[in-house]
Amino acid sequence: MKIDWAALGSVFGVSLVVTVALVGLFTLGIVGLSKRERATEQGGSATLAVSGAYACFALCAAAVGYGIYLIVA
Amino acid sequence: MEHITLLLGIVIVTALVFDFTNGFHDTANAMATTISTGALRPKTAVAMSAVLNLVGAFLSVEVAKTISGGIINEEGIRTEVIFAALVGAILWNLLTWLLGLPSSSSHALFGGLIGAAVMSAGWSSVNGGTVVTKVLIPAIAAPLVAGLAATLATRLTYRIGSRADDKATAPGYRAGQIASAGLVSLAHGTNDAQKTMGVITLALVTGGVLAPGSNPPMWVIVSAGVAIALGTYLGGWRIIRTMGKGLTDLAPPQGFAAQTSAATVILASSHLGFSLSTTQSCSGAVMGAGLGRKGGAVRWSTATRMFVAWGLTLPAAGLIGAAAEFLTKQGTWGVVLTGALLVVGSAVIWGLSRRQPVTHDNVNDVDDSDDRDDNGGAGADTAGTLTAAIEDDLKATIPAQPGASPEPAKTASV
Repeated sequence: MKIDWAALGSVFGVSLVVTVALVGLFTLGIVGLSKRERATEQGGSATLAVSGAYACFALCAAAVGYGIYLIVA
Repeated sequence: MEHITLLLGIVIVTALVFDFTNGFHDTANAMATTISTGALRPKTAVAMSAVLNLVGAFLSVEVAKTISGGIINEEGIRTEVIFAALVGAILWNLLTWLLGLPSSSSHALFGGLIGAAVMSAGWSSVNGGTVVTKVLIPAIAAPLVAGLAATLATRLTYRIGSRADDKATAPGYRAGQIASAGLVSLAHGTNDAQKTMGVITLALVTGGVLAPGSNPPMWVIVSAGVAIALGTYLGGWRIIRTMGKGLTDLAPPQGFAAQTSAATVILASSHLGFSLSTTQSCSGAVMGAGLGRKGGAVRWSTATRMFVAWGLTLPAAGLIGAAAEFLTKQGTWGVVLTGALLVVGSAVIWGLSRRQPVTHDNVNDVDDSDDRDDNGGAGADTAGTLTAAIEDDLKATIPAQPGASPEPAKTASV
């Protein structure tokens, strides 16, 4: 019986890092977008927050795309 | 398809039935959090999951060449053994569904295979080491890694999101949850539908219809994909309730964190060479998300019941598989009798489920006035009241199924 501890360890590490990074990015995106609404209400603009938000979402979408690639490949 | 014997026909139908139970048993993995947080309406959620499962079944070209991944020695395996294994896996899947407990369909299949193979060819046909590396360690590691990831992710998302108000962030969390749930569904379709294709292909090879090493014919791929999609669409509402509402109360950010963690763990594990079970990952992620929120709590009574079901899956499905193999060994009448017992057993379990039906209409209705630590939500409540009844009914209706009666008794003592 040989247990592949290295593989198990990398599953642990990768899962933790990727999950936290993705959830963090996505939440930043959501918060950024919500700033736009507040800004419009107050008559200002929040260009930086919004473009940051879209960058976050783009990264998340790329991750989902990579996930689909992993499933198909 | 010319030389399909009666036995082979029965095995193919049984494999598709297993695929179907696999579908509705595992809908919860992808969709429980999406449904309980209200990101999607129940019917929409299962429909989406079903479509993605069907798509997933066609996506991958790499079909499982072995059904047990080396757990049992598949050389010279007889068609009856596959049939007996499927009987064990189906009955255990249905029983855990009746009790609303998420348990791994793959483990049920492995258990059935082990039981049937041992009864057929003795203990030497099982590779004990592979059981440890492919079943035991993943079963312990999956909930830990998914749970830890979900806990950290939940904490983070609450910390970052605290600056925005709930109304503005709700649609975002909703979209994120749906995307993660979609990935889990797709991955499930590729993995689990492939498993059934592998079973049917192996049966066709052992039955001499296909040459060894051949790829599954198109009709096998189509029927396996359709069976798992239909099962998914039917929805294992009892399990969805336990996972979405019974284990913990999930708010949209938690549902998002849990589902993302589950999707990541499933994909990372299957591509880094250490496959972790989907069901265990998802349940672990849900509990982790429950613990990650301030004031959040996991209903440990429900969780304990689930852990016990995980522990029992292999031996219980194995016992039923062994009993079924004992019968099928007796000849054609044994095969027919086993088939009849499978039908009767499934009918009894279905009949029992009608006493307290859980459907897409009431899947989220958990009576909050109950002492939940005691009942662990309605899913567990159902489990408690039904166990005694099942025990009686099973004993009365199918006394010839030695494997089937012990587990309800064990579950009752939990």
